[in-house]
Amino acid sequence: MSFIQRNVRTWMLTELLTGMAKTFSYMFKRRSTINYPYEKGPLSPRFRGEHALRRYASGEERCIACKLCEAVCPAQAITIEAEPRADGSRRTTRYDLDMTKCIFCGFCQEACPVDAIVEGPNFEYATETREELFYNKDKLLANGDRWENEIAANIAVDAPYR
Amino acid sequence: MVELWNIYIWPLIWILAKILLIVIPLFLAVAYLVWSERKVIGLMQQRMGPNVVGPWGIWQSFADVLKLLLKETILPTGANKIVFLIAPMLTFVLAFVAWAVIPVGEGWVLANINVGIMYLFAISSLGVYGIVMAGWASNSRYSFLGAMRSAAQMVSYEISMGLVIVTVLMCVGSLNLTDIVEAQRTVWYVVPLLPMAVVFFISTLAETNRHPFDLPEAEAELVAGYQTEYSAMSFALFFVGEYANMIMMSSMTVILFLGGWLPPMDIAPFNWLPGPLWFGIKVAAILFIFIWARAAFPRYRYDQLMRLGWKVFLPMSLLWVVGTAGVLVAFDLAP
Repeated sequence: MSFIQRNVRTWMLTELLTGMAKTFSYMFKRRSTINYPYEKGPLSPRFRGEHALRRYASGEERCIACKLCEAVCPAQAITIEAEPRADGSRRTTRYDLDMTKCIFCGFCQEACPVDAIVEGPNFEYATETREELFYNKDKLLANGDRWENEIAANIAVDAPYR
Repeated sequence: MVELWNIYIWPLIWILAKILLIVIPLFLAVAYLVWSERKVIGLMQQRMGPNVVGPWGIWQSFADVLKLLLKETILPTGANKIVFLIAPMLTFVLAFVAWAVIPVGEGWVLANINVGIMYLFAISSLGVYGIVMAGWASNSRYSFLGAMRSAAQMVSYEISMGLVIVTVLMCVGSLNLTDIVEAQRTVWYVVPLLPMAVVFFISTLAETNRHPFDLPEAEAELVAGYQTEYSAMSFALFFVGEYANMIMMSSMTVILFLGGWLPPMDIAPFNWLPGPLWFGIKVAAILFIFIWARAAFPRYRYDQLMRLGWKVFLPMSLLWVVGTAGVLVAFDLAP
């Protein structure tokens, strides 16, 4: 019996046709991809994207040049030089971040006592040259100004869990 | 002078016009076949498919052609330059030349020759030369392996295809494609010869190197098979040739088994549509199955491919040739 059944199944192409029917039914299912540059997927508030240096609402930069981020960075992507400013406060003169070295572990933002260096929600910063990925202080502060609203909102959402 | 015009030049212009009338729609058909393949497979895999160039991506193929036109044709150092360049042209030309005998409607045929089906068969058999030449001239292992596989595969499946055609020819009693279609006025041959139609369709999949028989260009193992070393327009010629071949094989299936330009029934709602439109609808349906099979099935292994060709299709079609002949003689149905 099983011999007959098997042969009937083979010669009637049952398995091939059920497979094709299955494939066909998928034509009318909802697509599971998104139309990327026009549609974007959801991001967690903890998403670790492009770095930014934040400022206080007064416009004063947060970073106090404690160099904890530089020390904790496992990829040694951060280089800081610091000097006292004219008003006596300690500030960085140089804050370089090599984005080609960075592994996006988020340790820098965890180490920062004043929430100055953060990883923002931006991940679309591809460049045409390698040199453009060697970020300096100006670039990082500009990022902070540009993404401040999103970064502040994300930190607020994530605060209860810390 | 008047005679020269009447005898030579006007017919020449007229024939050239008819050729253009075949070739230009065929180019458009190839462009939209490529587009619809990408779109349909995208839908079946729950993706979007091309959607950027024009609404629903309908200009995608033209953008691709433009890109390929502007790229450099790379000639590998070790390649046999002449054969390397002739191979894609051969594939391309053969895919288009076959269309001379295909009747798309009643009397809509460039050359209504009495050995139409033999001509089609001969041209599609020659198609293997383009691939073998490409594989050999590229002087690359991947190309050579792809070409060898392709040659073996096309030769194997042509035999069962030939026997299927013989079965149909016995029922028709003519090699003329128009006669073959006309003979199906009462019933399409897909009904009495269904197993043969299936064998023929599967053989055309193998003959055009389509999934699940795309061993000659199996991406996972052979990079791109015989096309590995080709770029720009020489690649495009292969590509267009391949898809034109697909359309040609589909129309062969339609002519042999699905009644060519004939409507399903010669009654009111069906015979309102003109014949060529019916032909187009049927070819499109067969092409959809081509694409559908690509989305549904994994690639055959090489020994399975050979086993299917030689141990299943060949005996089966041979048996059907004998059986059909017996029935035709026994019931005195032979034309």
